[in-house]
Amino acid sequence: MARFIERVMSSPMRYLLFIFLFGCSNLLLRAQNIPDPMSPKRLVNDYVGMLNRTELETLEQKLRAYNDSTSTQITVVVVKTTQPYPAGDYAFELGRRWGVGQKDKDNGLVLLWATDDRKIFIATGRGLEGAIPDVIAKRIIRDVISPDFKNQMYYRGLDQGTSEIIKYATGEYKADGSENGDGEISGALIVFLIIFFIILIIIISRSNKGGGGMRNRGGGWYPYTTFSGWGSSSGNWGSSGGGGSSFGGFGGGDFGGGGAGGDY
Amino acid sequence: MSKTTIIVVVVLLLVGMYGCSTYNGLVGKDETVNGAWAKVQTQYQRRADLIPNLVNTVKGAADFEKNTLSAVMEARSKATSINLSAEQLTPENIQKFQAAQDQLSGTLSRLLAVAENYPNLKANQNFLDLQAQLEGTENRISVARNDFNDVVKDYNQSVRTFPAALFAGMFGFQAKGYFEASQAAQTAPSVKF
Repeated sequence: MARFIERVMSSPMRYLLFIFLFGCSNLLLRAQNIPDPMSPKRLVNDYVGMLNRTELETLEQKLRAYNDSTSTQITVVVVKTTQPYPAGDYAFELGRRWGVGQKDKDNGLVLLWATDDRKIFIATGRGLEGAIPDVIAKRIIRDVISPDFKNQMYYRGLDQGTSEIIKYATGEYKADGSENGDGEISGALIVFLIIFFIILIIIISRSNKGGGGMRNRGGGWYPYTTFSGWGSSSGNWGSSGGGGSSFGGFGGGDFGGGGAGGDY
Repeated sequence: MSKTTIIVVVVLLLVGMYGCSTYNGLVGKDETVNGAWAKVQTQYQRRADLIPNLVNTVKGAADFEKNTLSAVMEARSKATSINLSAEQLTPENIQKFQAAQDQLSGTLSRLLAVAENYPNLKANQNFLDLQAQLEGTENRISVARNDFNDVVKDYNQSVRTFPAALFAGMFGFQAKGYFEASQAAQTAPSVKF
Protein backbone atom coordinates (compact mmCIF):
# COMPACT_ATOMS: atom_id res chain seq x y z
CA MET A 1 0.00 0.00 0.00
CA ALA A 2 2.75 2.40 1.02
CA ARG A 3 4.65 1.56 -2.11
CA PHE A 4 1.60 2.25 -4.20
CA ILE A 5 1.15 5.67 -2.64
CA GLU A 6 4.83 6.38 -3.17
CA ARG A 7 4.54 5.46 -6.79
CA VAL A 8 1.50 7.63 -7.27
CA MET A 9 3.11 10.59 -5.59
CA SER A 10 6.24 10.41 -7.73
CA SER A 11 4.44 10.04 -11.04
CA PRO A 12 2.53 12.63 -13.04
CA MET A 13 -0.53 11.05 -11.47
CA ARG A 14 -0.06 13.16 -8.39
CA TYR A 15 -1.08 16.27 -10.27
CA LEU A 16 -4.30 14.59 -11.18
CA LEU A 17 -4.73 13.54 -7.58
CA PHE A 18 -4.19 17.07 -6.36
CA ILE A 19 -6.57 18.48 -8.90
CA PHE A 20 -9.12 15.89 -7.89
CA LEU A 21 -8.76 16.58 -4.18
CA PHE A 22 -8.79 20.32 -4.75
CA GLY A 23 -11.94 20.03 -6.83
CA CYS A 24 -13.62 17.95 -4.16
CA SER A 25 -12.77 20.34 -1.35
CA ASN A 26 -14.05 23.20 -3.45
CA LEU A 27 -17.34 21.47 -4.02
CA LEU A 28 -17.75 20.66 -0.35
CA LEU A 29 -17.14 24.25 0.59
CA ARG A 30 -19.73 25.43 -1.88
CA ALA A 31 -22.31 22.94 -0.79
CA GLN A 32 -21.92 23.55 2.92
CA ASN A 33 -22.11 27.28 2.93
CA ILE A 34 -25.50 27.83 1.36
CA PRO A 35 -28.23 26.37 3.56
CA ASP A 36 -31.16 24.45 2.13
CA PRO A 37 -34.50 26.25 2.22
CA MET A 38 -36.42 25.59 5.40
CA SER A 39 -39.07 22.96 5.29
CA PRO A 40 -41.98 23.42 5.13
CA LYS A 41 -41.17 25.99 2.52
CA ARG A 42 -41.42 29.57 3.66
CA LEU A 43 -40.38 33.03 2.55
CA VAL A 44 -38.84 34.17 5.82
CA ASN A 45 -35.88 31.92 6.59
CA ASP A 46 -34.30 32.92 9.88
CA TYR A 47 -31.41 30.54 10.60
CA VAL A 48 -30.14 32.60 13.51
CA GLY A 49 -33.33 33.21 15.48
CA MET A 50 -33.32 37.00 15.40
CA LEU A 51 -37.10 37.30 15.08
CA ASN A 52 -39.69 36.04 17.53
CA ARG A 53 -42.61 33.90 16.48
CA THR A 54 -45.14 36.67 15.96
CA GLU A 55 -42.71 38.77 13.98
CA LEU A 56 -41.80 35.80 11.80
CA GLU A 57 -45.42 34.99 11.04
CA THR A 58 -46.48 38.58 10.38
CA LEU A 59 -43.63 39.11 7.94
CA GLU A 60 -44.27 35.73 6.36
CA GLN A 61 -47.93 36.53 5.83
CA LYS A 62 -47.12 39.84 4.24
CA LEU A 63 -44.66 38.30 1.78
CA ARG A 64 -46.96 35.37 1.03
CA ALA A 65 -49.84 37.68 0.28
CA TYR A 66 -47.62 39.63 -2.07
CA ASN A 67 -46.45 36.42 -3.75
CA ASP A 68 -50.04 35.26 -4.16
CA SER A 69 -51.20 38.48 -5.77
CA THR A 70 -48.20 39.27 -7.98
CA SER A 71 -46.12 36.04 -8.22
CA THR A 72 -43.15 38.16 -7.17
CA GLN A 73 -41.22 36.26 -4.53
CA ILE A 74 -39.45 38.29 -1.86
CA THR A 75 -37.55 36.11 0.56
CA VAL A 76 -35.85 37.24 3.76
CA VAL A 77 -32.85 35.14 4.76
CA VAL A 78 -31.00 35.60 8.05
CA VAL A 79 -27.64 33.84 8.42
CA LYS A 80 -24.77 34.27 10.85
CA THR A 81 -22.10 34.92 8.26
CA THR A 82 -21.45 34.69 4.53
CA GLN A 83 -17.70 34.19 4.97
CA PRO A 84 -15.57 33.48 3.04
CA TYR A 85 -17.75 34.95 0.30
CA PRO A 86 -18.76 38.56 -0.17
CA ALA A 87 -22.38 39.08 0.87
CA GLY A 88 -23.40 39.76 -2.73
CA ASP A 89 -21.96 36.56 -4.20
CA TYR A 90 -23.60 34.62 -1.40
CA ALA A 91 -26.99 36.22 -2.05
CA PHE A 92 -26.86 35.58 -5.81
CA GLU A 93 -25.80 31.98 -5.33
CA LEU A 94 -28.54 31.42 -2.77
CA GLY A 95 -31.16 33.02 -5.00
CA ARG A 96 -30.11 30.86 -7.92
CA ARG A 97 -29.87 27.65 -5.98
CA TRP A 98 -33.23 28.11 -4.29
CA GLY A 99 -34.72 29.42 -7.52
CA VAL A 100 -36.39 32.45 -5.98
CA GLY A 101 -38.93 33.96 -8.39
CA GLN A 102 -40.88 32.49 -11.29
CA LYS A 103 -38.91 30.66 -13.92
CA ASP A 104 -40.02 32.67 -16.95
CA LYS A 105 -40.05 36.02 -15.15
CA ASP A 106 -37.07 35.85 -12.83
CA ASN A 107 -39.03 38.07 -10.45
CA GLY A 108 -37.37 36.98 -7.23
CA LEU A 109 -35.63 39.03 -4.59
CA VAL A 110 -33.37 37.95 -1.74
CA LEU A 111 -33.04 40.21 1.28
CA LEU A 112 -30.01 38.76 3.00
CA TRP A 113 -28.91 39.68 6.49
CA ALA A 114 -25.62 38.38 7.89
CA THR A 115 -25.75 39.07 11.61
CA ASP A 116 -22.09 38.50 12.52
CA ASP A 117 -20.82 40.42 9.49
CA ARG A 118 -23.35 43.20 10.17
CA LYS A 119 -24.16 43.27 6.47
CA ILE A 120 -27.36 43.50 4.48
CA PHE A 121 -27.72 42.71 0.81
CA ILE A 122 -30.66 43.04 -1.55
CA ALA A 123 -30.22 40.75 -4.56
CA THR A 124 -32.74 41.42 -7.33
CA GLY A 125 -33.65 38.74 -9.86
CA ARG A 126 -33.05 39.53 -13.52
CA GLY A 127 -36.69 40.46 -14.00
CA LEU A 128 -36.72 42.95 -11.12
CA GLU A 129 -33.60 44.85 -12.06
CA GLY A 130 -35.74 47.35 -13.94
CA ALA A 131 -38.25 47.94 -11.14
CA ILE A 132 -35.63 48.06 -8.40
CA PRO A 133 -32.38 49.37 -9.87
CA ASP A 134 -29.21 49.03 -7.82
CA VAL A 135 -29.45 52.67 -6.81
CA ILE A 136 -32.89 52.12 -5.29
CA ALA A 137 -31.77 48.94 -3.54
CA LYS A 138 -28.85 50.85 -2.09
CA ARG A 139 -31.12 53.64 -0.90
CA ILE A 140 -33.54 51.22 0.71
CA ILE A 141 -30.69 49.74 2.69
CA ARG A 142 -29.04 53.03 3.54
CA ASP A 143 -32.13 55.08 4.36
CA VAL A 144 -34.68 52.53 5.57
CA ILE A 145 -33.09 49.36 6.92
CA SER A 146 -29.70 50.49 8.25
CA PRO A 147 -31.00 53.22 10.58
CA ASP A 148 -33.40 50.78 12.28
CA PHE A 149 -30.74 48.10 12.48
CA LYS A 150 -28.35 50.53 14.12
CA ASN A 151 -30.98 51.00 16.83
CA GLN A 152 -31.41 47.23 17.07
CA MET A 153 -34.97 47.47 15.80
CA TYR A 154 -34.47 44.56 13.47
CA TYR A 155 -38.06 43.61 12.81
CA ARG A 156 -39.01 47.20 12.09
CA GLY A 157 -36.11 47.47 9.64
CA LEU A 158 -37.09 44.31 7.80
CA ASP A 159 -40.77 45.20 7.82
CA GLN A 160 -40.26 48.70 6.46
CA GLY A 161 -37.56 47.53 4.07
CA THR A 162 -39.81 44.90 2.52
CA SER A 163 -42.68 47.42 2.35
CA GLU A 164 -40.42 49.77 0.44
CA ILE A 165 -39.35 46.96 -1.90
CA ILE A 166 -42.99 46.06 -2.50
CA LYS A 167 -43.76 49.70 -3.26
CA TYR A 168 -41.17 49.78 -6.03
CA ALA A 169 -41.91 46.32 -7.40
CA THR A 170 -45.68 46.84 -7.59
CA GLY A 171 -47.04 47.06 -11.10
CA GLU A 172 -44.15 45.15 -12.60
CA TYR A 173 -45.81 41.73 -12.51
CA LYS A 174 -49.35 40.50 -12.14
CA ALA A 175 -50.67 37.33 -10.64
CA ASP A 176 -51.42 35.71 -14.00
CA GLY A 177 -47.85 34.51 -13.76
CA SER A 178 -48.79 32.35 -10.83
CA GLU A 179 -51.34 30.55 -12.99
CA ASN A 180 -48.62 29.93 -15.46
CA GLY A 181 -46.49 28.57 -12.68
CA ASP A 182 -49.37 26.41 -11.50
CA GLY A 183 -49.50 24.78 -14.90
CA GLU A 184 -45.91 23.73 -14.50
CA ILE A 185 -46.42 22.63 -10.96
CA SER A 186 -49.38 20.45 -11.90
CA GLY A 187 -47.04 18.37 -14.08
CA ALA A 188 -44.83 17.74 -11.10
CA LEU A 189 -47.93 17.17 -9.00
CA ILE A 190 -49.14 14.40 -11.27
CA VAL A 191 -45.79 12.63 -11.06
CA PHE A 192 -45.85 13.07 -7.32
CA LEU A 193 -49.38 11.67 -7.07
CA ILE A 194 -48.44 8.65 -9.15
CA ILE A 195 -45.47 7.94 -6.91
CA PHE A 196 -47.63 8.53 -3.89
CA PHE A 197 -50.22 6.02 -5.06
CA ILE A 198 -47.57 3.44 -5.85
CA ILE A 199 -46.19 3.80 -2.35
CA LEU A 200 -49.71 3.66 -0.94
CA ILE A 201 -50.45 0.45 -2.83
CA ILE A 202 -47.22 -1.09 -1.59
CA ILE A 203 -48.03 -0.13 1.97
CA ILE A 204 -51.57 -1.46 1.71
CA SER A 205 -50.49 -4.74 0.16
CA ARG A 206 -47.85 -5.19 2.84
CA SER A 207 -50.13 -4.39 5.72
CA ASN A 208 -52.74 -6.80 4.37
CA LYS A 209 -50.21 -9.57 4.70
CA GLY A 210 -49.39 -8.50 8.23
CA GLY A 211 -52.97 -8.75 9.52
CA GLY A 212 -52.76 -7.69 13.16
CA GLY A 213 -49.76 -5.46 12.61
CA MET A 214 -51.70 -3.35 10.16
CA ARG A 215 -53.65 -1.29 12.63
CA ASN A 216 -50.64 -0.33 14.67
CA ARG A 217 -48.58 0.64 11.71
CA GLY A 218 -51.36 2.59 10.10
CA GLY A 219 -52.17 4.29 13.36
CA GLY A 220 -48.61 5.40 13.86
CA TRP A 221 -48.31 6.69 10.36
CA TYR A 222 -51.51 8.61 9.88
CA PRO A 223 -51.52 11.09 12.78
CA TYR A 224 -47.88 11.80 12.12
CA THR A 225 -48.62 13.49 8.81
CA THR A 226 -51.46 15.57 10.14
CA PHE A 227 -49.32 16.59 13.05
CA SER A 228 -46.57 18.01 10.86
CA GLY A 229 -49.27 19.87 8.99
CA TRP A 230 -50.46 21.62 12.13
CA GLY A 231 -47.00 22.53 13.18
CA SER A 232 -46.25 24.29 9.96
CA SER A 233 -49.42 26.23 9.46
CA SER A 234 -50.85 26.93 12.89
CA GLY A 235 -49.41 30.44 12.77
CA ASN A 236 -51.00 31.09 9.41
CA TRP A 237 -54.49 30.32 10.58
CA GLY A 238 -54.40 32.96 13.22
CA SER A 239 -53.61 35.85 10.98
CA SER A 240 -55.16 34.96 7.66
CA GLY A 241 -58.06 32.71 8.57
CA GLY A 242 -56.79 29.88 6.44
CA GLY A 243 -57.20 31.80 3.21
CA GLY A 244 -53.56 32.82 3.02
CA SER A 245 -52.82 29.12 2.92
CA SER A 246 -49.45 27.68 2.26
CA PHE A 247 -46.50 28.77 0.22
CA GLY A 248 -46.01 26.56 -2.80
CA GLY A 249 -42.26 26.90 -3.01
CA PHE A 250 -39.84 28.79 -5.16
CA GLY A 251 -40.34 28.91 -8.90
CA GLY A 252 -36.83 28.66 -10.35
CA GLY A 253 -35.98 32.30 -11.03
CA ASP A 254 -32.51 33.42 -12.07
CA PHE A 255 -30.18 36.10 -10.73
CA GLY A 256 -27.71 38.06 -12.81
CA GLY A 257 -25.93 40.16 -10.20
CA GLY A 258 -28.42 42.97 -9.70
CA GLY A 259 -28.85 44.62 -6.33
CA ALA A 260 -26.82 46.38 -3.70
CA GLY A 261 -25.49 45.91 -0.21
CA GLY A 262 -24.57 47.87 2.86
CA ASP A 263 -23.71 47.54 6.52
CA TYR A 264 -25.11 48.97 9.70
CA MET B 1 -22.19 -8.84 -50.70
CA SER B 2 -19.54 -10.47 -48.63
CA LYS B 3 -19.54 -10.48 -44.89
CA THR B 4 -16.55 -8.13 -44.64
CA THR B 5 -18.14 -5.39 -46.75
CA ILE B 6 -21.23 -5.48 -44.59
CA ILE B 7 -19.14 -5.15 -41.44
CA VAL B 8 -17.12 -2.32 -42.96
CA VAL B 9 -20.27 -0.47 -44.02
CA VAL B 10 -21.86 -0.91 -40.61
CA VAL B 11 -18.74 0.32 -38.82
CA LEU B 12 -18.44 3.32 -41.14
CA LEU B 13 -22.09 4.16 -40.58
CA LEU B 14 -21.70 3.96 -36.82
CA VAL B 15 -18.58 6.13 -36.86
CA GLY B 16 -20.32 8.62 -39.13
CA MET B 17 -23.34 8.77 -36.85
CA TYR B 18 -21.17 9.21 -33.81
CA GLY B 19 -19.23 11.95 -35.58
CA CYS B 20 -22.42 13.78 -36.49
CA SER B 21 -23.81 13.71 -32.99
CA THR B 22 -20.46 14.81 -31.55
CA TYR B 23 -20.32 17.65 -34.03
CA ASN B 24 -23.84 18.79 -33.22
CA GLY B 25 -23.17 18.56 -29.52
CA LEU B 26 -20.05 20.67 -29.87
CA VAL B 27 -21.86 23.26 -31.97
CA GLY B 28 -24.50 23.58 -29.27
CA LYS B 29 -21.90 24.02 -26.54
CA ASP B 30 -19.97 26.47 -28.68
CA GLU B 31 -23.10 28.57 -29.05
CA THR B 32 -23.68 28.51 -25.29
CA VAL B 33 -20.16 29.80 -24.78
CA ASN B 34 -20.76 32.56 -27.31
CA GLY B 35 -23.93 33.59 -25.49
CA ALA B 36 -22.13 33.70 -22.16
CA TRP B 37 -19.33 35.70 -23.70
CA ALA B 38 -21.79 38.25 -25.07
CA LYS B 39 -23.14 38.72 -21.57
CA VAL B 40 -19.65 39.25 -20.17
CA GLN B 41 -18.97 41.87 -22.82
CA THR B 42 -22.27 43.66 -22.19
CA GLN B 43 -21.44 44.07 -18.52
CA TYR B 44 -17.92 45.31 -19.18
CA GLN B 45 -19.34 47.72 -21.72
CA ARG B 46 -21.85 48.94 -19.16
CA ARG B 47 -19.03 49.70 -16.80
CA ALA B 48 -17.08 51.53 -19.48
CA ASP B 49 -20.16 53.63 -20.22
CA LEU B 50 -20.56 54.62 -16.58
CA ILE B 51 -17.01 55.85 -16.16
CA PRO B 52 -17.16 59.17 -18.08
CA ASN B 53 -20.20 60.15 -15.98
CA LEU B 54 -18.38 59.28 -12.81
CA VAL B 55 -15.27 61.19 -13.80
CA ASN B 56 -17.30 64.25 -14.74
CA THR B 57 -19.22 64.18 -11.48
CA VAL B 58 -16.03 63.90 -9.50
CA LYS B 59 -14.45 66.75 -11.47
CA GLY B 60 -17.48 68.98 -10.93
CA ALA B 61 -17.92 68.32 -7.23
CA ALA B 62 -14.42 68.48 -5.86
CA ASP B 63 -10.97 69.70 -6.61
CA PHE B 64 -9.77 66.20 -7.20
CA GLU B 65 -6.21 65.13 -7.91
CA LYS B 66 -5.71 64.93 -11.66
CA ASN B 67 -3.50 61.84 -11.69
CA THR B 68 -6.15 59.49 -10.39
CA LEU B 69 -8.71 60.70 -12.92
CA SER B 70 -6.40 60.51 -15.90
CA ALA B 71 -5.26 57.04 -14.84
CA VAL B 72 -8.89 55.89 -14.91
CA MET B 73 -9.55 57.36 -18.35
CA GLU B 74 -6.35 55.90 -19.70
CA ALA B 75 -7.13 52.44 -18.37
CA ARG B 76 -10.64 52.78 -19.77
CA SER B 77 -9.52 53.53 -23.31
CA LYS B 78 -7.05 50.68 -23.12
CA ALA B 79 -9.69 48.26 -21.88
CA THR B 80 -12.27 49.26 -24.48
CA SER B 81 -9.72 48.90 -27.27
CA ILE B 82 -9.56 45.16 -26.72
CA ASN B 83 -12.60 43.58 -28.31
CA LEU B 84 -12.71 39.83 -28.66
CA SER B 85 -15.16 38.22 -31.02
CA ALA B 86 -16.51 34.79 -30.18
CA GLU B 87 -13.91 33.06 -32.39
CA GLN B 88 -10.99 34.67 -30.62
CA LEU B 89 -11.52 33.25 -27.15
CA THR B 90 -8.13 31.57 -26.86
CA PRO B 91 -6.52 31.41 -23.42
CA GLU B 92 -3.95 34.07 -24.40
CA ASN B 93 -6.58 36.50 -25.64
CA ILE B 94 -8.74 36.07 -22.58
CA GLN B 95 -5.74 36.69 -20.39
CA LYS B 96 -4.95 39.91 -22.27
CA PHE B 97 -8.57 41.02 -22.06
CA GLN B 98 -8.69 40.30 -18.36
CA ALA B 99 -5.41 42.08 -17.68
CA ALA B 100 -6.70 45.28 -19.30
CA GLN B 101 -10.04 45.10 -17.47
CA ASP B 102 -8.35 44.38 -14.14
CA GLN B 103 -6.13 47.38 -14.66
CA LEU B 104 -9.27 49.46 -15.03
CA SER B 105 -10.79 47.88 -11.90
CA GLY B 106 -7.66 48.79 -9.99
CA THR B 107 -7.69 52.46 -10.99
CA LEU B 108 -11.42 52.64 -10.34
CA SER B 109 -11.22 51.27 -6.84
CA ARG B 110 -8.39 53.69 -6.19
CA LEU B 111 -10.58 56.55 -7.36
CA LEU B 112 -13.39 55.46 -5.08
CA ALA B 113 -11.03 55.04 -2.15
CA VAL B 114 -9.60 58.53 -2.63
CA ALA B 115 -13.14 59.91 -2.91
CA GLU B 116 -13.72 58.83 0.69
CA ASN B 117 -11.60 61.79 1.74
CA TYR B 118 -13.86 64.33 0.08
CA PRO B 119 -16.92 65.13 2.21
CA ASN B 120 -18.29 67.09 -0.73
CA LEU B 121 -18.43 63.97 -2.83
CA LYS B 122 -19.83 61.76 -0.14
CA ALA B 123 -22.77 64.11 0.22
CA ASN B 124 -23.32 64.34 -3.53
CA GLN B 125 -26.39 62.29 -4.47
CA ASN B 126 -25.26 61.98 -8.06
CA PHE B 127 -21.94 60.54 -7.00
CA LEU B 128 -23.54 58.10 -4.56
CA ASP B 129 -25.91 56.88 -7.26
CA LEU B 130 -23.08 56.37 -9.71
CA GLN B 131 -21.16 54.52 -7.06
CA ALA B 132 -24.11 52.20 -6.44
CA GLN B 133 -24.46 51.60 -10.19
CA LEU B 134 -20.78 50.86 -10.47
CA GLU B 135 -20.88 48.39 -7.60
CA GLY B 136 -23.87 46.70 -9.19
CA THR B 137 -22.02 46.46 -12.48
CA GLU B 138 -19.02 44.88 -10.80
CA ASN B 139 -21.38 42.30 -9.28
CA ARG B 140 -22.91 41.59 -12.67
CA ILE B 141 -19.47 41.27 -14.19
CA SER B 142 -18.46 38.69 -11.63
CA VAL B 143 -21.68 36.71 -12.13
CA ALA B 144 -21.27 36.83 -15.92
CA ARG B 145 -17.65 35.77 -15.64
CA ASN B 146 -18.49 32.82 -13.42
CA ASP B 147 -21.23 31.73 -15.80
CA PHE B 148 -18.81 32.04 -18.70
CA ASN B 149 -16.24 29.91 -16.88
CA ASP B 150 -18.87 27.27 -16.17
CA VAL B 151 -19.92 26.88 -19.79
CA VAL B 152 -16.33 27.02 -21.06
CA LYS B 153 -15.43 24.27 -18.62
CA ASP B 154 -18.21 22.13 -20.03
CA TYR B 155 -17.15 22.92 -23.59
CA ASN B 156 -13.46 22.27 -22.95
CA GLN B 157 -14.26 18.99 -21.31
CA SER B 158 -16.05 17.75 -24.41
CA VAL B 159 -13.32 19.02 -26.70
CA ARG B 160 -10.59 17.33 -24.73
CA THR B 161 -12.02 14.01 -23.58
CA PHE B 162 -11.09 11.03 -25.62
CA PRO B 163 -13.30 9.83 -28.37
CA ALA B 164 -14.88 13.22 -28.99
CA ALA B 165 -11.44 14.85 -29.04
CA LEU B 166 -10.68 13.10 -32.36
CA PHE B 167 -13.68 14.72 -34.03
CA ALA B 168 -13.19 18.05 -32.27
CA GLY B 169 -9.71 18.33 -33.77
CA MET B 170 -11.03 17.35 -37.18
CA PHE B 171 -13.80 19.97 -37.15
CA GLY B 172 -11.58 22.68 -35.73
CA PHE B 173 -13.02 23.04 -32.22
CA GLN B 174 -10.34 24.34 -29.90
CA ALA B 175 -10.18 24.72 -26.16
CA LYS B 176 -11.11 28.20 -24.91
CA GLY B 177 -9.73 30.36 -22.14
CA TYR B 178 -11.04 31.00 -18.63
CA PHE B 179 -11.15 34.03 -16.45
CA GLU B 180 -8.96 33.69 -13.44
CA ALA B 181 -9.73 35.15 -10.04
CA SER B 182 -7.43 38.14 -10.08
CA GLN B 183 -5.22 39.00 -7.14
CA ALA B 184 -6.21 42.63 -7.44
CA ALA B 185 -9.89 41.84 -7.07
CA GLN B 186 -9.41 39.72 -3.98
CA THR B 187 -7.39 42.11 -1.88
CA ALA B 188 -9.03 45.31 -0.79
CA PRO B 189 -7.58 48.41 -2.41
CA SER B 190 -4.88 50.03 -0.33
CA VAL B 191 -4.39 53.73 -0.66
CA LYS B 192 -1.01 55.31 -0.16
CA PHE B 193 -0.23 59.00 -0.25
